[in-house]
Amino acid sequence: MAFHKINVTVNHEPEQMVVPSNMTLMQMLRESLALTGTKNGCSAGECGACTVLLNGEPVNSCMVLAAECDGANIITVEGLARDKQLDPVQDALIQAGGVQCGFCTPGILISSRALLNRNPSPTEEEIREALVGNLCRCTGYVRIIESVKKAADMKPHQT
Amino acid sequence: MTSDTHPALPEFEYVQPQTLNEASEFLSNHANEARPFLGGTDVFVRMRDGFLSPKYLVDVKNLSGMSLLTFDPQSGLTVGAAVNMNRIIASPEVQAHYPLLVKACRSVASYQLRTRATIIGNICNASPAGDVIGACLVLGGILHIHGINGSHEENLSAFFLGPGKTTLEPGDIVTAIHFPLPPQKCSGTYIKLGRNQLSDLSIVGVTAFGYKEPTCASGYRFRLALASVAPLPLMPTEVETHLAEHPISAEAIHEAARLASEACTPIDDVRGSARYRKEMVRNLSEKALTEVWKKLG
Repeated sequence: MAFHKINVTVNHEPEQMVVPSNMTLMQMLRESLALTGTKNGCSAGECGACTVLLNGEPVNSCMVLAAECDGANIITVEGLARDKQLDPVQDALIQAGGVQCGFCTPGILISSRALLNRNPSPTEEEIREALVGNLCRCTGYVRIIESVKKAADMKPHQT
Repeated sequence: MTSDTHPALPEFEYVQPQTLNEASEFLSNHANEARPFLGGTDVFVRMRDGFLSPKYLVDVKNLSGMSLLTFDPQSGLTVGAAVNMNRIIASPEVQAHYPLLVKACRSVASYQLRTRATIIGNICNASPAGDVIGACLVLGGILHIHGINGSHEENLSAFFLGPGKTTLEPGDIVTAIHFPLPPQKCSGTYIKLGRNQLSDLSIVGVTAFGYKEPTCASGYRFRLALASVAPLPLMPTEVETHLAEHPISAEAIHEAARLASEACTPIDDVRGSARYRKEMVRNLSEKALTEVWKKLG
């Protein structure tokens, strides 16, 4: 199987990677770069635990090939906090008590950040629609949705 | 780092051609072992489940023209194969002139999946459950296809041959879909029956579209497309004919919905029984056609 040399920016740092054809972006992040915040839930694009920002837009990283990412800018949950400051979506999720087992949390944070980037003051319906691809089996979603509302009221933060 | 429930992708070669000609030639020279792909949202799942094992995956989304989304007030809308569904949903021109297409795209999976999912991918996957196929059919979609002998156009209504089967020949790549300008006064809706309101595959999908047409005896032309109830995305012409020939009334729509239910040939599967699907085609077709009729006034 062929290997591909790619240049990517991951969490604001340039990386040069050599990746096999069948490696997913999720595998590259978790297994080659040890960024294990991105979780493998279903490997089918359904649960959202592996959601990352690819050129500013959220994607299921289990459904993207690493080889496709040459030149891409990638942000994982590890890249949300800057200069020792949590992103508002992180702060708000802690304050709202929206974390239980934590497995869905990285994907929820990325989807929430992506939503607030494209729509800084979403309605509850827009929040629910934006998070439909992030399954949480613990919380019942109520506090997660509260946290996104809370984050929208905090000072803007662009990632 | 993967267990059996989270299978990694099997081995294959990732191929990134530089031109359409190069892509068509490669696909044609490796007819049984190469597949084109766009967002991969269907092909990766089927590869992980063992239903597909291509030797080569040919990435065609970066080829020239594939990312264009253009609207011309004279000729209509052209959506390049690599235009993702979120772009279609966010386009002011698509919202203004093709709201049915926006509604159909919004019913697909989740925001992050739609960053990758494309209309052309949904069409070429040729699943009878494809959410946007119905809208593309009733809007009169025309596919632009590039092959080893050059380019041609094909009506979407003649494109499907069976589940996962289309008229595409080895080397053919669908580069865009074109939608003519819809009639001045028209209306459409998509009703998707799933286990939840958003994100699930359809148990039944009903797309209805209508407009005022003075040349029809009824003064109206309606089109109906049904998903998940036949081996192909289904456009029952009986419905169109009935509603063109009979004055539009609640009774005429009731009868048209019965004809739709008769025309479909669903199967029993994990998502629903054939009997349930037939009943729901009747109910939802009546609901969708009534909604369109009321909006047309």
